[in-house]
Amino acid sequence: MSAASYNFAYLDEQSKRMIRRAILKAIAIPGYQVPFASREMPMPYGWGTGGIQVTAAILGPDDVLKVIDQGSDDTTNAVSIRAFFAKVADVKTTTATADATVIQTRHRVPETPLSDRQILVYQVPIPEPLRFLEPRETETRRLHALADYGLMHVKLYEDIAHHGHIATAYAYPVMVAGRYLMDPSPVPKFDNPKIGGCAALQLFGAGREKRIYAIPPYTRVVSLDFADYPFERYRQQGTCALCGADDTFLDEVVTDDKGGRMFICSDSDYCEKRRETASAKERPHD
Amino acid sequence: MKPVLEISGVSKSFTMHLQGGVSLPVMADVTFDVRAGECVAIVGPSGAGKSSVLKMIYGSYGCDSGRIVVTHGGEITDLVQAPPRQILALRRETIGYVSQFLRAVPRVPALDVVAEPLVALGAAREEARDRAAAMLTRLNVPQRLFGLPPATFSGGEQQRVNIARGLLPDYALLLLDEPTASLDAKNRAVVVDLINARKRGGAAIIAIVHDEDVRDAIADRIVDAAHFSAAA
Amino acid sequence: MTDDAPLLSVRGVTKWYGRRLGCRDVGFDLYPGEVIAIVGESGSGKSTLLRLLTRQADIDAGTVSYRMRDGSLRDLSALTDAERAVLRRTDWGFVHQDASFGLRMSVSAGGNIGERLMSAGARHYGDIRAEAARWLARVEIDQARIDDTPDTFSGGMRQRLQIACSLVTGPRLIFMDEPTGGLDVSVQARILDLLRGLVVDLGLSALIVTHDLGVARLLSHRIMVMKAGEVIESGLTDRVLDDPREPYTQLLVSSILPA
Repeated sequence: MSAASYNFAYLDEQSKRMIRRAILKAIAIPGYQVPFASREMPMPYGWGTGGIQVTAAILGPDDVLKVIDQGSDDTTNAVSIRAFFAKVADVKTTTATADATVIQTRHRVPETPLSDRQILVYQVPIPEPLRFLEPRETETRRLHALADYGLMHVKLYEDIAHHGHIATAYAYPVMVAGRYLMDPSPVPKFDNPKIGGCAALQLFGAGREKRIYAIPPYTRVVSLDFADYPFERYRQQGTCALCGADDTFLDEVVTDDKGGRMFICSDSDYCEKRRETASAKERPHD
Repeated sequence: MKPVLEISGVSKSFTMHLQGGVSLPVMADVTFDVRAGECVAIVGPSGAGKSSVLKMIYGSYGCDSGRIVVTHGGEITDLVQAPPRQILALRRETIGYVSQFLRAVPRVPALDVVAEPLVALGAAREEARDRAAAMLTRLNVPQRLFGLPPATFSGGEQQRVNIARGLLPDYALLLLDEPTASLDAKNRAVVVDLINARKRGGAAIIAIVHDEDVRDAIADRIVDAAHFSAAA
Repeated sequence: MTDDAPLLSVRGVTKWYGRRLGCRDVGFDLYPGEVIAIVGESGSGKSTLLRLLTRQADIDAGTVSYRMRDGSLRDLSALTDAERAVLRRTDWGFVHQDASFGLRMSVSAGGNIGERLMSAGARHYGDIRAEAARWLARVEIDQARIDDTPDTFSGGMRQRLQIACSLVTGPRLIFMDEPTGGLDVSVQARILDLLRGLVVDLGLSALIVTHDLGVARLLSHRIMVMKAGEVIESGLTDRVLDDPREPYTQLLVSSILPA
């Protein structure tokens, strides 16, 4: 008797086909939010059900899956999703960015440059970048249809007026291929430059909001800004306490209750690889 | 030369719908003309319709029949038939009206009230203000009032603002409704001088003036409203 | 000025809401620099007409044509949604009785004014802010309030902010729906004076819906009187008010309280 009483990658073939159609449409219209019939998944909304459905729809038996949450492969969310697909699709999994064919992510773009043999799947909580400015869905759709994005700049204007700079630090809005305004999901704006011109296909899935959108490889993605307040990447000033990197996005780790703290790479795989390389270089001196 | 203004066979009545549709005849068969450089005084008892004639020429009242033809700059316009835009253009360029009471916009200073018709004719605002100031000074309006809205002025001051506004541009046709009624002798003389200057400048003028001295000083002809008053 | 072409040309505009008449066979031309007041009591169809002319609702019959900046007269029904949207946010301005229709109440005054500039492609923060400050001064709002939100403003200030937002893109036509409704008389006078000055200085055309004949007299060149969805009398503002023909107009005029 077969151990699995469910289909490959959990979803039935009809559902996967429906999701693939949405994905194809999304790729054809970069940045446009395609509605899809989001399925119930065996985990609550907010745990990445959109990303999981996209991954389930594109995963093949030969794929190698990596799952990260805030850059880390070993948080609960990442471990659970990786285990889920290892079980329901029997695919190989990895924590090495370079080895993965499909990478599902929450809140980060890996530091290691991606290749055209890879697909990056984002988990998206709220796909509509205009949502907090304009609560009416009918109205935001109209604004997208007319490419009327003055409102998004109003948000940035308000940032500067009140904080002296563009205070938006994550989910920083971008224009995709010169047409659609897009929320890159809550990645830090440090990652925005990696999204544009990326060799890998990028897919975005929002399960609760039932939207899929995409950025095809090598697509122009521009972070919104003003001529006199240009877009700036932001990272904590400092170097990684583990690998010494001074050009990666850092997490702050509190080490004791006396105010001790350190910064380490948010991308755990990238950090490990750097340390392995460093120790390999040092070995001859042992 | 064709008269600037030719009124022929004009009649006017008010239909008072709120009083059961009763029709109040005001005047019938008004016929007279005014030539360039001429002042015609309309006389007659109160209620004869003197002011109504001016309002019909200015377009504030409609007419039941007849023609009110204005000839200016080669353009011949029948005001009875003219569409609103044409009447507005004539008011801007051809017809000046000094009403008995100044209807000024709240908050607009006297200087701008006077300068406004010049600005509407295309003058630069500063130049219009300078000319307005000179005119007000000539009419003995104290300079401290220039920057204040006329609504707060005395009756005589308001009237002089009104006269300044009406006489400043070079209108070809001037309608004056009791321009000197609340003025003292000194200012009356100034207004008479101004009106005669406009006559020499070629303006056709219709004036309603009770004051016989003023009337004698400005009028070339008299038209008696009793002749066309429908109430008579 | 008499031979120029109309900016807005309206013919036979009719709208039914089920069996209830919105308006019937309304037609007029609005010329550059001209202000027309649409007067009538509540429910007479004047606000409906404004919504139809600005195409916030579809009309059942008739045409509304607009002179584009290239000089061509275009039927608004034949424009794409995108073209109409561009008209709405650049060439037309709106002043609503309820400021919350025209303003984002939780966005700063500067952001409200800046939105239309940014929609039109402005991307220089310093320039946008300077322009916003200039317009605040022009509508007599203290420039120190530029970062305050309209929900902290008085009713009169909100109306003046709406006016600034409308005018910042240099529109040619302003639609106003009871622009001074619900304001104190002294506040009203200030706004009317401001509007009047701006209309003259900028050579704007305007359509003003109002039930206040004083507003109509002060601001408009022409008046259209509406009753039960139809224009029953129209003409020069002073003629309609001083020599009204229709029973309903006479009733309206006689209902004004003396000041």
